[in-house]
Amino acid sequence: MASVTFDRATRIYPGSEHPAVDKLDLQIQDGEFLVLVGPSGCGKSTSLRMLAGLEECSEGRILIGDRDVTRLQPKDRDIAMVFQNYALYPHMSVAENMAFALKIAGVAKDERDKRVRDAAKLLDLEPYLDRKPKALSGGQRQRVAMGRAIVREPRVFLMDEPLSNLDAKLRVSTRTQIASLQRRLGITTVYVTHDQVEAMTMGDRVAVLKDGVLQQCDTPRHLYDRPNNVFVAGFIGSPAMNIRDFPLTQNGAMVGDTEIPLHREAVAMAGREGNTVTVGFRPEDVDLAGDGQPGVPVEVDVIEELGSDAFLYGHLPGANPLEDSPIIARIDPRSTIKRGDTVHLAIRPHHVHAFSPTSGERLPDA
Amino acid sequence: MSVEAPEVIPASAPSRQPAVTAIRRTFSSRLAAGFVVALTVLWTIPTFGLLVTSLRPQADVTGSGWWNVFLHPSFTLDNYKTVLVSGGYNVSGGLLPYFVNSLVISIPGTLFPLAIASMAAYALAWVPFRGSNVLFFTIFALQVVPLQLALLPLLQFFNLGLSIGPLTIVPALHLGGTFFTVWIAHTMFAMPLAIFLLHNFIAQLPRDVMEAATVDGANFFLTFRRIVLPLSMPSIAAFAIFQFLWVWNDLLVALTFVGGGQATVAPLTARLSQLTGSLGARWDLLTAGAFVSIVVPLIVFFSLQRFFVRGLLAGSVKG
Repeated sequence: MASVTFDRATRIYPGSEHPAVDKLDLQIQDGEFLVLVGPSGCGKSTSLRMLAGLEECSEGRILIGDRDVTRLQPKDRDIAMVFQNYALYPHMSVAENMAFALKIAGVAKDERDKRVRDAAKLLDLEPYLDRKPKALSGGQRQRVAMGRAIVREPRVFLMDEPLSNLDAKLRVSTRTQIASLQRRLGITTVYVTHDQVEAMTMGDRVAVLKDGVLQQCDTPRHLYDRPNNVFVAGFIGSPAMNIRDFPLTQNGAMVGDTEIPLHREAVAMAGREGNTVTVGFRPEDVDLAGDGQPGVPVEVDVIEELGSDAFLYGHLPGANPLEDSPIIARIDPRSTIKRGDTVHLAIRPHHVHAFSPTSGERLPDA
Repeated sequence: MSVEAPEVIPASAPSRQPAVTAIRRTFSSRLAAGFVVALTVLWTIPTFGLLVTSLRPQADVTGSGWWNVFLHPSFTLDNYKTVLVSGGYNVSGGLLPYFVNSLVISIPGTLFPLAIASMAAYALAWVPFRGSNVLFFTIFALQVVPLQLALLPLLQFFNLGLSIGPLTIVPALHLGGTFFTVWIAHTMFAMPLAIFLLHNFIAQLPRDVMEAATVDGANFFLTFRRIVLPLSMPSIAAFAIFQFLWVWNDLLVALTFVGGGQATVAPLTARLSQLTGSLGARWDLLTAGAFVSIVVPLIVFFSLQRFFVRGLLAGSVKG
């Protein structure tokens, strides 16, 4: 077990000027479950592969524990990796698959068998030890891939979207299993996913990447409550946060015909850049305004029923619903609002996020 | 990162099924089936005649065509006995020593190129080094050199070594007339095609599996031996059949390097071609000899044919 440090790690692919991973600085604690998340092409997989030693580090360093592993071969880094497609050896049985690394490392047969059996027990794979991977279901293959990593008892687990090939239901249950398994084993884990729900539910901390640049690394709660910039605000949360520019007033922003108060410093900073401010609010931080109360008028385009919740998609009067991104609000699933209605939304003032309209950075709110 | 390859656990459903179905449908239409059966019969009749002739007594063979056997059946194994061991009419010593020679030539002549080519193919496909592509294309370009062009220089090299003017680069090897010459020649001639075929297959193995082996601690050689070799068995078997048949049936290379006649090194083909001259009238013996030489390729083909089909399909149809 060990901590992991990315020290200004950079990866520039040959023939490309833009770095795939740009000066990544990241500290991962011993035993921590860190999730790298971002849209495709954001450099999350590349970062993981750099840590694994499958990609070269163009600049900067990578440390596992106190050891600089930047120039070490994968086998000397004491890591184990779970691949997206599992990458099981098709010609070996489950037991052989799991024992392969130990065999190469010269571990004695008794010890090998014992560790494979322990891992198989942990993962419910005991009945399948003699089977070939092609005779297993997707979920079982996924567990074999996990088992192959576990038997090695590495200092760091690396997982590259290990759930993306499972069906939706299995993905949810496996998600929980992996998270609890990791906590039980206490092995530092770096997990890559593009699914922000996975990131939020599994990680101790979540690192959001975009275009090779680390945007924010924080606990899921903090990431959700205080996103650093517009990108993180829009990426984390489903449905996405409502984000758009509104005219700046003396004390806040003018949303529709209602003024939303913002922190004095935020107003001042936005004022120096222009006369608008980027305001974000989550769908659940919106209430339907009662009769006579102030609220932002919104014309309803779609009501999305999820059973436990319902989401209202609408647009401001005068806006084109096809061009603008919709305004989304969570409403009572039993409400009688329907398509074409105009509702008034009251935004909870203390749950508003203000961002600089030019840089997209978060403006102070306290 | 979704790399798919034969046999390997695919992430998404591979596109093999439709292609295979299409092929199957084309070949299962009645017209096509009838055509195939007709062709097969047409091609098998001469071979069948050969077999029947080889089993008839000498008097019958000279007196009537092989189809008469259906009216007056009479069979004997004497021809085989004569041809293989007892020698007999002008066939000194029989074919057995030549048969053994053929095996001694063909087995290493198949294994050597396979061993070298599979390692080369893996290195060219998966070991990153400067100029690997240029090297690969250069090797394959050698395929256009007709082997006849290389026969005499090689023969000279094996016997006299290599020298430019008075400068001796390789001293005389005096290898002429030994098995080494045919082994080396067949290995060399097979190399471009072998590397090309195996490279195409090995390059298609999924990157994930290779990387998993790397992370598991396997070096290049271990990855080759434990992962690449077992996974590329279909293509290796397919090429083994090609190469074995080619070496077994080869006459030109054998005649050039190990000459005809000597029972110590000459293969079956060389001896059979001599017999055609000296025993032109003894069809009973010739047909038996021919059948002896067919038997081994048949065994090789039937024992490896399931790999053969897979190996041929694997390159063209992904899945």
